[in-house]
Amino acid sequence: MLRFVVRRILQMCLVAFVLSMLIFVWLRSLPGGPVSAILGERQTPARRAALEAALGLDQPLHVQYLRFLERASQGKFGVSTKVLPGEDALQVFLDRLPATVELSLLALFLAIALGIPLGYMAARRHGSAVDTGAVIFSLVGVAVPVFFLAFLLKYFFAVEWNLLPVSGRQTTGLDATRVTGMFVLDGILTREWDASWDAFKHLILPAVALASIPFAVIFRITRASVLDVLDEDYVRTAEAKGLTARVVRGRHVLRNAMLPVVTTIGLQVGGLLAGAVLTESVFSYRGIGDALATAFREKDYAVLQVLILMGAVIFVLVNLLVDIAYALIDPRIRTR
Amino acid sequence: MSLRRNAATLTAAVLAAATLASCADSERSDDGGGEGGGGDGTFVFGAAGAPEMFDPFYATDGETFRVTRQMFEGLVGIEPGTAEVVPELATEWTPNDDGTEWTFTLRDDVTFHDGEAFNAEAVCYNFERMFDQNEAGQTAGEYWGYVMGAFSNDAENSLYQGCEATGEFEATVSISGPTSGFPTMLSLESLSMQSPKALEEGDANGIAAEGEGFSFPAYANAPVGTGPFTFGEYDEANGTISLARNDDYWGDAAQTSELVFRVIPDESTRRQELEAGSINGYDLPNPVDWAGLEEDGNSVEVRDPFNILYLGLNGEGNPALKDLNVRKALYHTLNRDQLVSTQLPEGAAVATQFMPDTVSGYNTELEPYAYDPEEAKRLLAEAGAEDLTLNFAYPTEVSRPYMPDPEKIYEALRTDLEAVGITVNVKTASWNGGYLDNVTAGKYDAYILGWTGDYDSPFNFVGTFFGNLKENDFGTEAYPWGKQLADDLKAADAVVDDAERGAAFETINQQIMDEYLPGLPISHSPPALVVGPGVEGVVPSPLTAEEFDSVSVGGE
Amino acid sequence: MDDNTGPSRRPTLGDRRKERIDALATAGTVVDEPGKSLLRSAWERLRRDPVFLVGAAITLVFVVLAIISPWIAPWDVTANPLIDKVRPQSNPVPGPEPGHLLGADDRGRDLFSRLLVGSRQTLVVGVFATLLGLLGGITLGALAGAIGGFVDTVVMRIVDVMLSFPALLLAFTIASLAREPSQWTLIIAIATTQVPIFARLLRGSMLAQRSSDHVLAARSLGVRPRAIVFRHMLPNAMGPVIVQATLSLATAIIEAAALSFLGLGNPDQRQPEWGQMLGLAQRYISEAPHLAFYPAGCIIVVALGFTLMGESLREALDPKSRR
Repeated sequence: MLRFVVRRILQMCLVAFVLSMLIFVWLRSLPGGPVSAILGERQTPARRAALEAALGLDQPLHVQYLRFLERASQGKFGVSTKVLPGEDALQVFLDRLPATVELSLLALFLAIALGIPLGYMAARRHGSAVDTGAVIFSLVGVAVPVFFLAFLLKYFFAVEWNLLPVSGRQTTGLDATRVTGMFVLDGILTREWDASWDAFKHLILPAVALASIPFAVIFRITRASVLDVLDEDYVRTAEAKGLTARVVRGRHVLRNAMLPVVTTIGLQVGGLLAGAVLTESVFSYRGIGDALATAFREKDYAVLQVLILMGAVIFVLVNLLVDIAYALIDPRIRTR
Repeated sequence: MSLRRNAATLTAAVLAAATLASCADSERSDDGGGEGGGGDGTFVFGAAGAPEMFDPFYATDGETFRVTRQMFEGLVGIEPGTAEVVPELATEWTPNDDGTEWTFTLRDDVTFHDGEAFNAEAVCYNFERMFDQNEAGQTAGEYWGYVMGAFSNDAENSLYQGCEATGEFEATVSISGPTSGFPTMLSLESLSMQSPKALEEGDANGIAAEGEGFSFPAYANAPVGTGPFTFGEYDEANGTISLARNDDYWGDAAQTSELVFRVIPDESTRRQELEAGSINGYDLPNPVDWAGLEEDGNSVEVRDPFNILYLGLNGEGNPALKDLNVRKALYHTLNRDQLVSTQLPEGAAVATQFMPDTVSGYNTELEPYAYDPEEAKRLLAEAGAEDLTLNFAYPTEVSRPYMPDPEKIYEALRTDLEAVGITVNVKTASWNGGYLDNVTAGKYDAYILGWTGDYDSPFNFVGTFFGNLKENDFGTEAYPWGKQLADDLKAADAVVDDAERGAAFETINQQIMDEYLPGLPISHSPPALVVGPGVEGVVPSPLTAEEFDSVSVGGE
Repeated sequence: MDDNTGPSRRPTLGDRRKERIDALATAGTVVDEPGKSLLRSAWERLRRDPVFLVGAAITLVFVVLAIISPWIAPWDVTANPLIDKVRPQSNPVPGPEPGHLLGADDRGRDLFSRLLVGSRQTLVVGVFATLLGLLGGITLGALAGAIGGFVDTVVMRIVDVMLSFPALLLAFTIASLAREPSQWTLIIAIATTQVPIFARLLRGSMLAQRSSDHVLAARSLGVRPRAIVFRHMLPNAMGPVIVQATLSLATAIIEAAALSFLGLGNPDQRQPEWGQMLGLAQRYISEAPHLAFYPAGCIIVVALGFTLMGESLREALDPKSRR
């Protein structure tokens, strides 16, 4: 197990290294850049050249990349030019991470809490109206573009009916102590219940919108997987033996059907990150997705680089965790 | 597993129930202000982007200046609601005869937020601090470089030559030669007065280029000025900047005790937040929303246009454009009345020259080129350019006060051009993704761009466009009159007498439009800002330089 | 990452997605089976499946409209007959009036005509993105499946890495890479996200056939390997490819909308496309929400149509569910 984990982490480092080089070269080969973003209409060739020279952007690409590597080895990943000017890009990522983690966790929780029971129910009543209805519901979920769903939710729940806040992470002027950067958790830790509740209300709409992607997938995988398992001989045997429905369900069906579901959940992390770019923009929610969109618009190279790289690293790490979880659930793998 | 699943469903159910229950009391609970009037309360303003940092000297964008403007003041100020220069920290100023030495008489009742006294020494300290920048600071100190031309390492080419404290409250600034821009340029937010002690302690000039950005010294996040508000905190995680009232302000104290800027990048979200009552105002509402906003009890404050949108032309890439008649023909094809009335907000106007009418030197005699496709066709035929092909470009991912929606303006212009038989190749790039580079590099035959004035000076408009012969987007160097125009502009700018200078610029504007026509001025467009019900005292500024100390937030 | 060859076989990165694709790959392949062919029995099931019928009906209407729309649209989509009624403040989006069923858009162009003709561009984006993805997938998949060995390992490694990257982020990255954005950037970006899916699908199908009787027979008759691949193996792999293509059309249309929303759509906005219309309608969301609702509704219905059809095709072709 340990050897496996170590090998995977080493592989991840290699991938991250290659990826960093690709992203570095790609970004700098694009037209425009941070200099345009800073100068705007005042740009002239001379002024542009001066600023490029000051920022080291006039050097050949390989020199720039070597400098980047040198700085990166000291834990500096370049300074943000627009997202949070003057701050190290890695720090920007770390600052924004809790917000997205908080949002993604709630979204994932919603997707699981809704997807698994619904998928299980649909499979148990395979072919019934409940099944068809649930399947169509999930397909509609796939067909509605995330940003449009986010917009609809905001329009109705926040603007028309005034039930929930429109955007942001916490009400302005609320005096809240920051501990972890996950506002709901912070409120609980410091016993500032109102702050926690307030932050939670800000989370609901974006989380629901974001949950629509993983929900559909989790639902479908659960349904398919439960269907598969119900067909298996051991379930039939168990049923034939006269075991109570509850025992069959709990011990045989669910447990075996959960394996693919767990992997699927792990796979959703990438999708959540992509969805976060869209939802966070709609709700002006200051997380990684919002930073990514801003960094892209303003050509904040350092931040773009770190965010894409970290996104890949997180993605690989989560997959590793999923594999470990998989091994823990599946005794066949564990025994090796 | 089964048990865990049940627990999960249960939690979800409880959460859902709790959410519903809370809906009742969440209404309007986000209200930022409205805690009674009488000089208390909080004014929450929705900003479109986060500030860069808080030292205006290194700042370059409007979102930063909007925040720092509330905390800092310059020697020279701007009369609210106009572009006129008025006394601020200096009560009066007088030049010597040749306009190279300016003596400023300072207010004697001003202290910085940290308790330091404001006096002539502080003024000179500030000038020297701005002048004496390291390599990184010289590029980051964008605006100084822009108006003064150089820093201490290249002192000969600098407009600024020195500052001397000629009395406790009298400072004399010498400059290399007279210009219409001085002392008006001292009203620029970047050239505000900052506390010498705080600058020193926060190592304000310790800026460094690191990686591909600038890393700022501690001072940049702990600014100390003289203005009506003092710096509170920047809550990056939540995207809010809060300022507190300066109770020791030398002028009238601010009407609200707290001023908060909240970053909301999405325009329609800002509107929704205003409607929900969680912000009290925001900048640049979509013209489409103006009527709806007013109906809902908000007030839309329209500023006087202080900008110009033009269609730039470049004869380098397309020799046909070097023919004055072809340029005139293009001008006649444009139905600018329709463009202004259907695509630009109310208050927008068809431009007759490269500057708005609020700027001195504006020539009132000039008439707009008429929309006349027949005349255009005739001129094109005469020039032998009937089958003219234009690489005509517009920027994406940008909205400027002079062009709220570049794509729509472009489509309108393109339709007009095609109507007379010109072939238009659509070119585009995002604003930061190469558009500006391509424009300055002369890669487009035609493009749309514009300018918002920094301060009330004709040279800030036409000088920016044509004053720099070597490097300008119109490629005037290639024209026989290019050098003449640049020289004329510099000569006019150096005229000391206001009236004479104005007359000189009027003549130049006439020449530009009749004889040169390097590009086609299209329109002036008024940017607006909107405030919610109960907000009073907002004075819209043509320079988009509103001061929020006069703003009060009443109850609902 | 060498999940297939490593000493301890462990499920890793993207396994589940791969499994799904692989299951589909083997599902529709014509296995040498006596009696009623899989395709025929599938068709009989489909004919009675309401889900399929609804999906197919939507798809049919959409495709027919896309083809004939330029002739039945009441107005030229690039003309702006109502431009003089547009006033940015008082009347930003002219409402319905005789001759203009849904009114106009913000540039005075007939909205109904644009929606109608928009179906064509939307279909073009969807079809070309899928076709290009398929082409890339066939090349890679056939290469890997037919040659096998080292080529197979390398190609599939690349494909797996691409599969593990979130599709939208991949498309976003590629679309933003373009120097001069156009409709084709959008198409290529989306096509790229489809390539790995098709590649894996085809490879799986090829592998399943390599040892099947008809391929063995052809080989023993001395048919050239290239001919075997193109004449015998590829046509037989078409069942699952069609299923996947149907589903891809839906995702392509939705992704095109998302990219347009993020400002990466086609910069030439004369020819209407739903995703782009939806993206542009954002500015009018408060005053004229219908401008967003119409194209959004169209996208949702059409995407749903393709998805319903694809999903029921998949089920029909799945031998497991035939019981």
